Amino acid sequence: MNKLMANLKRQIIAQLNLKDLKPEDIGDDQPLFVEGLGLDSIDALELIVLLQQEYKIKLSNAEEGPRVFYSVKTIAEYITAHQDQKV
Amino acid sequence: MEELYRHFAITYPKFYKMDNLSKLGFLASEVLLSDLPQIKNYRPEEVGVVLSNANSSLDTDIRFYQTVDQLASPALFVYTLPNIVIGEICIRNHFNGENAFFVSEKFDPVLIEQYVNNLINNNILQSCICGWVDYLAPRYEAVLYFVTKESSNPEQELVFNLENIKKIYKEAHE
Repeated sequence: MNKLMANLKRQIIAQLNLKDLKPEDIGDDQPLFVEGLGLDSIDALELIVLLQQEYKIKLSNAEEGPRVFYSVKTIAEYITAHQDQKV
Repeated sequence: MEELYRHFAITYPKFYKMDNLSKLGFLASEVLLSDLPQIKNYRPEEVGVVLSNANSSLDTDIRFYQTVDQLASPALFVYTLPNIVIGEICIRNHFNGENAFFVSEKFDPVLIEQYVNNLINNNILQSCICGWVDYLAPRYEAVLYFVTKESSNPEQELVFNLENIKKIYKEAHE
């Protein structure tokens, strides 16, 4: 899980062009939107693309978005759960 | 452009997310406004932005098209209109006035002079950032100037007329 979260932080920085951030600047539980990293709705769409490109996971229910993309940890949990389902 | 951004020590993380046209217009506006403290004398709705170029958002349109075969990039898609650069300048500076972006093969000073004078003479705007911002890799051009209804320093400022608009644009290309 820690390795997945570390990878996710690097991928989020690259995908969202957060060039003034380093992976260690993003807390595992830090909210990604609004009061946390300040991501916006376009960033949310880019995170969906990231899940699909890097992990071959499609977010099947858009209403899950706020819960799944709350933090790096919640994204990692979602990826882990859905990769387990694939096996 | 990122070197220029760092050179001016601008702190605006969203800069890195912008497309090339928006980065160019944003940086040009930062340089222009850094020398215009009087901009703060205007209410947000009194400041407009009127820009033009020849290549619209083609630089980003091409980049977006290249992503469509796999997964289209939402972050690129939102920049596939040229007037987004105006939005970025307005968001950064909290300008709420009238804005427009014109696309023409060559710089059209007659259109700009008539359009901006109409906005100012009809009290729709008290001031306006005007210019030409064009980007199609590897070429780019940015010429911005500030037009106001009232002159604060008539001896130092140019009258906003066709002749001077042509002069500003010509000098920028020399």
